[in-house]
Amino acid sequence: MNALPLILTVFVACAVEAIEALTIVMAAGITREWRSTFQGMAVALVVLAAVTAAVGPAINYLPLTALRLVVGALLLIFGLQWLRKAVLRATGYKALHDEASAYLREVTAAETAARESRRGVRDWYAFTLAFKGVLLEGLEVVFIVITFGDNQKNIGAAVIGAAAAIIVIAVAGIAVRAPLTKVPENWMKFAVGIMLTSFGTFWGAEGAGVAWPGNDAALLVLVPVVAIVSAACILWLRSRKSAAVPALEKEAVGS
Amino acid sequence: MNRIKAFGAFWYDFVIGDDWQVAALVVAGLALTAILAHAAHVNAWWLLPLFGFAALAWSLHRATSHK
Repeated sequence: MNALPLILTVFVACAVEAIEALTIVMAAGITREWRSTFQGMAVALVVLAAVTAAVGPAINYLPLTALRLVVGALLLIFGLQWLRKAVLRATGYKALHDEASAYLREVTAAETAARESRRGVRDWYAFTLAFKGVLLEGLEVVFIVITFGDNQKNIGAAVIGAAAAIIVIAVAGIAVRAPLTKVPENWMKFAVGIMLTSFGTFWGAEGAGVAWPGNDAALLVLVPVVAIVSAACILWLRSRKSAAVPALEKEAVGS
Repeated sequence: MNRIKAFGAFWYDFVIGDDWQVAALVVAGLALTAILAHAAHVNAWWLLPLFGFAALAWSLHRATSHK
């Protein structure tokens, strides 16, 4: 497969994670203090490097079929969960994930927390907030890079996609010095959900022992089909919602 | 004990997410595909996408049916 779709998929998926990490780091740094925030980030990056160093080479020793089965299953579950959330948000059944309100929540919590220094860190709250945010979102980035890179036998391309996403989001964050609220996060998640679901289905089925018609070219059909089905789900829920409103109004008039 | 619980909750949330039935349907789809491929020698490449779409539609239906 051409490296460009792989780079783009990893880029968008990692950009979403980077935006969420940035929101948490900004909240910790601006409200509390930057030194402890950077310490938390640094320790999280060291832990992530250790996890990558341990898991990355170990994956190469697994048989490709078993790897594709497990990774395919995980990606398909992740992808369907992302699509589920994105569809529910696009149709108003779930509140849009708003980086501005997420930021405000973190800021409010950070402002009320007591300042305490521990283990050489001046502000333990800022440290743990930044550590958790970077570690959790970073774990997802590591997972995406290793699984996509290893399955396509092109770790380099996956690393380029992830690094580009992190650099772009970090530079944008430094430039605006605030969480990135203008990014259409739900549609990015929708796109990532489509890609994760498509790749997960492809690798999972291969791992289970089937051969796709056209081999890798099947992805060129699978991705649009998943996109069409997901878009159809949005239309279905929208029509369901608009049908439910008159029924409720009728019920209210009747009672 | 609380740490073990929190650790378990983190991995459950990380892997399974909001709806465990989606994960269950994916595992069932993969198992059935593997059985068809290895035991019945049927190249059932079409089965997993069907399970995936069914899981998505079922989960969305359940999430919105009471709202």
